[in-house]
Amino acid sequence: MSNLLDIEGLERRELEHYLELAESFAEVQTRSIPKVPVLRGKTVVLAFFEDSTRTRMSFDLAARRLSADVVNFAVSSSSTTKGESLRDTVETISAMGVDGIVVRHSSSGAPQRITEWTDAAVINAGDGWHQHPTQALLDCYTIRRRLGSLEGKQIAICGDIKHSRVARSNIAAFTKLGAEVTVVGPRTLMPADLAAWPVRYSPGIDEIIGDLDVAYMLRIQQERQGAPLFPSVREYRSLYGLTRARAERLPARALIMHPGPVNRGVELDPEVMDDERTVVLDQVTAGVSVRMAVLYRLLGPGQFDETSKPPETSLAELAASTASSEPVGESPAAENVTSTDSASGEVATSFDALTSEVAV
Amino acid sequence: MAERERRRTPPYGGVFVARTEVLDVEAIGRAVRRMAHEILEANRGLTDVVLVGLQTGGIPFAEAIASALLDIEGVEVPVGKLDVAFYRDDINLRPVLPEAATEIAFDLDRKVVVLIDDVLFTGRTIRAALDALIDQGRPKSIQLAVIIDRGHRELPIRPDYVGKNLPTRRDEAVNATLHGVELGEMTKEGGR
Repeated sequence: MSNLLDIEGLERRELEHYLELAESFAEVQTRSIPKVPVLRGKTVVLAFFEDSTRTRMSFDLAARRLSADVVNFAVSSSSTTKGESLRDTVETISAMGVDGIVVRHSSSGAPQRITEWTDAAVINAGDGWHQHPTQALLDCYTIRRRLGSLEGKQIAICGDIKHSRVARSNIAAFTKLGAEVTVVGPRTLMPADLAAWPVRYSPGIDEIIGDLDVAYMLRIQQERQGAPLFPSVREYRSLYGLTRARAERLPARALIMHPGPVNRGVELDPEVMDDERTVVLDQVTAGVSVRMAVLYRLLGPGQFDETSKPPETSLAELAASTASSEPVGESPAAENVTSTDSASGEVATSFDALTSEVAV
Repeated sequence: MAERERRRTPPYGGVFVARTEVLDVEAIGRAVRRMAHEILEANRGLTDVVLVGLQTGGIPFAEAIASALLDIEGVEVPVGKLDVAFYRDDINLRPVLPEAATEIAFDLDRKVVVLIDDVLFTGRTIRAALDALIDQGRPKSIQLAVIIDRGHRELPIRPDYVGKNLPTRRDEAVNATLHGVELGEMTKEGGR
């Protein structure tokens, strides 16, 4: 069973394959009955250990439109609040016989660890500061739909790069598909190892706005910062926000994108939200198609792989492997994942450990 | 269907090696024209008739029949494209990928739908196509036109319009395009 954990692990060909597959699912969504029977009999668990409305709904709809059964795992009402470890939770879920687990977790690397505890396909729906691969796919899809291709396009990603999993995934995906990415924002919101990233850095947005094909504005994530990293929201808007005046300098062909939810009047002025170049709602629509493509590829018959087995075999193997697996000692990394739900300092530590491996 | 079957039957990505030509380009032209006449005759005209080709092998034939109908009757018949990947019953048995998106830009309700494919073999593609069509609307009736009927049906499905009946062995392969129909075998890649 394969997983979708990050964009780095995908080759350009695979990325493009997901985007092409999403075209077929976009058509399904335009029908009067927007549902196809491909994942009939498959069960998908949405395990969101961190709050999310739109991503969870999007995955939920995507799975249902493929005729899969969907189980929502709500952390607030679950046994994690009674002190169960992540590993026990995951092993319990997979013992019930599920085919896919969609995971959101506040700790970077949690989905990677989860793959070691289950034979179900694991789909990362956002982990800490690390990755949000389906967001990157839906953004690439939206750009391809509007601009034809990403090859040679000038894309600025503006805002809190350091704390953003969206930035990390999108930079990887955009550059793999041939776009040139510039990150914009105050130095305090840039990662320490920025020099190693395949991007240019511009301290201000005004210098480059006239040449952009895509202005990608990130949300200021108050909840992911410890101490404030810039003096005030008002100052942030005047220096980095896409105000009406700045939007006028953006080329007519360009797109204005935002992963949502938008802080109106901070990253985007309310008037800019209604600009015809703003594709925020197209991104949301694309999200369902792209997630259908991901679920289809990982849980369905969507890959050309002669070694892929019918589900009966993998379920039997699952039973066998859970029965025979020797207990794996809790490594320090596992401790990190299970114990850093809210402490942001430790999250940062585990992420740094991860980036050095991933080498963005 | 021939192209689809070829890519999805082991050895995947095998090479088709032609042994004999069954129909040449003129013969296909004549068959397409005759089938157009039969469609006209059976439906007493073209009122409410629409054509739907199966992605991807059926599309060129659907377009050829549409242009023959325009030629004979002077009526432009709507042509749609249908992909059946999401409706196949062999989904757990082999890889299934969509060929290209479905494009049906007209309402199917109360229409006479003529499904068009290149090669009719087991009938499973057509069964999937019937499910896919019915999810899109409620046609008055559905008819089936195929260029080659090669036998070996596994389901109670029969074509209404046939270009040519071609007796084959199960392990043979048929390649049907507007340029000709060939009978041959699939070999592993690098076979020739």
